[in-house]
Amino acid sequence: MVGAGAVGSSVAELAGEYGHTVTALADSQSAAVDPDGIDVQAALDRKSAEGVVGGGDVTDALDGSYDVLVEATPTTLGDAQPGFGHVETALERDRHVVLANKGPVAERYGDLRDLERASAGTVRFEATVGGAIPVLSTVEDFGPSHITAARGVLNGTANFILSRMAAEGLGYEHVLAEAQDLGVAEADPSFDVEGTDAALKCVILANVLAEDREYTLADATVEGISDLPGSALELANEDGRTIRLIGEVVDGEVRVGPRLVPEHAALAVTGTRNIVQLETTNAGQLNVSGRGAGGPETATAVLADVDRLPE
Amino acid sequence: MSDSRDELQAYTVRLELVDRPGELLRALEPIADNGGNLLSIFHERGNLTPRGHIPVEVDLEAAPDRFEGIVDALRAEGINVIQAGAEVYAEEVTVLLIGHLVRTDLSDTLDRIEDSTDSSVEDFALSAPENTDGKSSARLRLATQSGETDAALATIRSIAAEKDFRVVEPLTAGGGA
Repeated sequence: MVGAGAVGSSVAELAGEYGHTVTALADSQSAAVDPDGIDVQAALDRKSAEGVVGGGDVTDALDGSYDVLVEATPTTLGDAQPGFGHVETALERDRHVVLANKGPVAERYGDLRDLERASAGTVRFEATVGGAIPVLSTVEDFGPSHITAARGVLNGTANFILSRMAAEGLGYEHVLAEAQDLGVAEADPSFDVEGTDAALKCVILANVLAEDREYTLADATVEGISDLPGSALELANEDGRTIRLIGEVVDGEVRVGPRLVPEHAALAVTGTRNIVQLETTNAGQLNVSGRGAGGPETATAVLADVDRLPE
Repeated sequence: MSDSRDELQAYTVRLELVDRPGELLRALEPIADNGGNLLSIFHERGNLTPRGHIPVEVDLEAAPDRFEGIVDALRAEGINVIQAGAEVYAEEVTVLLIGHLVRTDLSDTLDRIEDSTDSSVEDFALSAPENTDGKSSARLRLATQSGETDAALATIRSIAAEKDFRVVEPLTAGGGA
């Protein structure tokens, strides 16, 4: 386990319940390592008390004994480091990798697949798109060639803000402050409200759906919601519609932006809920929705991936 | 949207009515009786045709195979159908515009949207802030010709880019579900 934030610590806490042993838990400063299984609670307690999970460092964790590396460090753009390097080390040791970190799959998908091909290990990344919602495994089950388009609400913070603005007739700044008080939005909300986070998820979807090309964030057309006035939501509402930050992967294009949707459309989910809608060739439209963020929620997607790995 | 509803098409019928009480109702009955679903009626009272009749424009939805029956039924009632337009405007699209709409000459914006997309503004609502510096929002419903919605949206996008306002577009294809 590398990464001890909300998702990483939830994975570590839940791993036992799912029949797994955590042999190492590392954050950016420190690591607790034990080939027979670490005491997860003690490591997390030490992190909150002393700021470190153990006496080792991340290199000790990566060089230690494990079958699967769970990479849950914060998403970084560009070269996707240090997450990408962690994945590289594990694959070179022929270990499997399960990612919760979006960077390597959104920004360096081709490099990642090259490393995977050269390794006996397998890479999975369900947790990177839509939190607990089984989006990528559904795509995998249907087969990417049977899916003609994907669209959805993939950022809970932006969706919370838009739903509150529409329901209460409040302005953006007011609702953002409320979301920050509730812990729904970060102190610096730009990653969410400018559409970057939703775009990364769409880029990952596009990479999985595409047969012949690689996407990065630079290929996405992205618009955020921070300059939407409350009056726009009111006008939409008068007409039985609402505005949602929608990400789309259609005809090889990745696009994220505020869109008008009918008020009672499946895509008009409220609050922090996420939804993904797939257009399939033989089965029409398929909607999957649920919690798109949160430690334990996202951890379930990581642990499901661990169970999907080959031996 | 269910499959049967997908088969409905929008049609525009232009009628000439004699200026007599009950005439409009008499014209609408054959539409409903033959499976047509009325969408809107534009009754141009005070605007007479050269023959001294009142022009009425009726938008309706019907399955293509029923539409001919509707026109026949109207004519059988002695109603003058001057244009049983194959769907003049078959699709509708609603967009929001956000920005300095008034300052950038709103009527020019609307004229250009109508002219360059060959569409018709059916509904328009503006919400302007009290202070002139703030951004306005507008909701615009356009009727476009069949298959022209994407082109109309592209045109609106380019006018918006030029005048520096934002467009909140609808989701097309399947977004209504």
